[in-house]
Amino acid sequence: MEAIIETKELTHLYSAGTPFEHTALHTVDFSAAPGEYVAVIGRTGSGKSTLIQHLNGLLKPTSGQVLFGGTDIWESKERTRQVRCQVGLVFQYPEYQLFEETVYQDIAFGPKNMGLDADEVDRRVKQSARFVGLEPGVLEKSPFDLSGGQKRRVAIAGVIAMEPQVLVLDEPTAGLDPSGSARILDNIRTYHQEKKACIILVSHSMEEVAREAERLVVIHQGTIPFSGPPGSVFAHGDELEAMGLGVPAMTRVFARLRSMGVDVPASVYTIPQAREAILAALHRREER
Amino acid sequence: MSQAIIQTENLTFHYAFEEGEAPTVLDGVSLSVQPGEFVAVLGHNGSGKSTLAKHFNAILLPSGGKVYVDGIDTCDEEKLLDVRRQVGMVFQNPDNQIVASVVEEDVAFGPENLGAPSEEIRERVDSALATVRMSEYARHAPHLLSGGQKQRVAIAGVLAMRPRCIVLDEPTAMLDPVGRKEVIDTVRRLNREQNITVVLITHHMDEAAQADRLIVMHDGHIVADDSPALVFQNVDGLRSLGLEVPEPVALLYELRQAGVDVPLTALTVDECAGILKELLCTAPQTGI
Repeated sequence: MEAIIETKELTHLYSAGTPFEHTALHTVDFSAAPGEYVAVIGRTGSGKSTLIQHLNGLLKPTSGQVLFGGTDIWESKERTRQVRCQVGLVFQYPEYQLFEETVYQDIAFGPKNMGLDADEVDRRVKQSARFVGLEPGVLEKSPFDLSGGQKRRVAIAGVIAMEPQVLVLDEPTAGLDPSGSARILDNIRTYHQEKKACIILVSHSMEEVAREAERLVVIHQGTIPFSGPPGSVFAHGDELEAMGLGVPAMTRVFARLRSMGVDVPASVYTIPQAREAILAALHRREER
Repeated sequence: MSQAIIQTENLTFHYAFEEGEAPTVLDGVSLSVQPGEFVAVLGHNGSGKSTLAKHFNAILLPSGGKVYVDGIDTCDEEKLLDVRRQVGMVFQNPDNQIVASVVEEDVAFGPENLGAPSEEIRERVDSALATVRMSEYARHAPHLLSGGQKQRVAIAGVLAMRPRCIVLDEPTAMLDPVGRKEVIDTVRRLNREQNITVVLITHHMDEAAQADRLIVMHDGHIVADDSPALVFQNVDGLRSLGLEVPEPVALLYELRQAGVDVPLTALTVDECAGILKELLCTAPQTGI
């Protein structure tokens, strides 16, 4: 399928031409299809934040290209501006970026800047508040009176209100408790399914990406060594470990079982898969 | 029993607002922590766990009830310094805790403030950095370190005060898997090798599983206080509080729900694999 967003031989140098020059990305070819759910994993400093900041034109490539819908996002000023509305970027700890007097105004900031009329802005604010599960009563409150998890959902609603075709989220669950994380991931899934939007999720939790994403992209030292469905990426357990990433707990349990000579499948990475695999093995044993 | 390092008696706390009601954050919490214990505290956002932790070195003072640190009432202003010398705090964001532009100067900040002689400061800084395995970075600039390294510098800064107890409030929330492991391994080593009492506030179930004792907070109350192996067996109870269990326990729980007779006592991948091997490799009881 034609990619919605794509990088071609993207290279990015920080402090180019100075003694501190550092290559953050080295000829990276990354792409995501319309409606795809992709997770990007990599250590701190691997280049993953640099990559996602290129996707909506916050950073300009040192060399190589970023294409949205097949055309270069730096083709013209107008094009770059359009792309910024169509590729929504939710930063780490986005709750620190709330600034308006009410939740409503904060969510409305993006769509207003897009030049939409008041009715359309209103529709989008209400719809995106619903996507992230905010009660209508919350809209008139000050964002600063909300809990941490609620604030983060307001910040995400502010990006969703621009109705981006590509939604990029940099560690959206960092620092949240399990139920707060589960809610945010549910909200993202809802947006993905209802809007058929492409999701690019950056995460440090292998369990989380194993559950949520259709495809994983591993970034290591500014390159992409592995990309594919979770099962195929997690099959590189030793290499991932060496990159400081590791594999989900369930994959490790099954690797351990195999090393003890127990006949179980290798490509297990979530709890439902593990449950099925163990029940199937028990069943086989009984038939013998 | 020896003198508790931390003891709270019927501790109550509410934030004093200028107007409106003052919600009760801690509601009659009584607990005691013995020297040398490694205690983890779990709870969803807003459960009161961070508020509780801030009472352990008099950052917050009780609205009702008492907090004693090594027998000293934390409300005794004249003994404030004694309390702070006994119990050091490490917070979530390493960037908010580092004050100097060179690692060793940052670690020296505490003992300098205590007025220690310069040879002694040198000795304390060197040994604290050695303990967290950051000696080779003594002359580095903190802002160029990884998150895990920064947190270890923050821990060294606390160690240089020679506390008997360290309280860590979500120290790994902003770190990648390698950074998390570095910090948790450091904390465990401090506890085992130097007998420093550790109180670890966390959202990560696998970190909580490594403690000797696990306290669960909910709505300002302690709702569970036992070994992690016992606390995590109550899967339904924890989930009803918005918490989770480590993935190995979650898998065993799923198998039990499917009618397979397995214990819920595996906190680690190896323990879980051991139980599953036993299950799959022992001869079936029927059909022989």
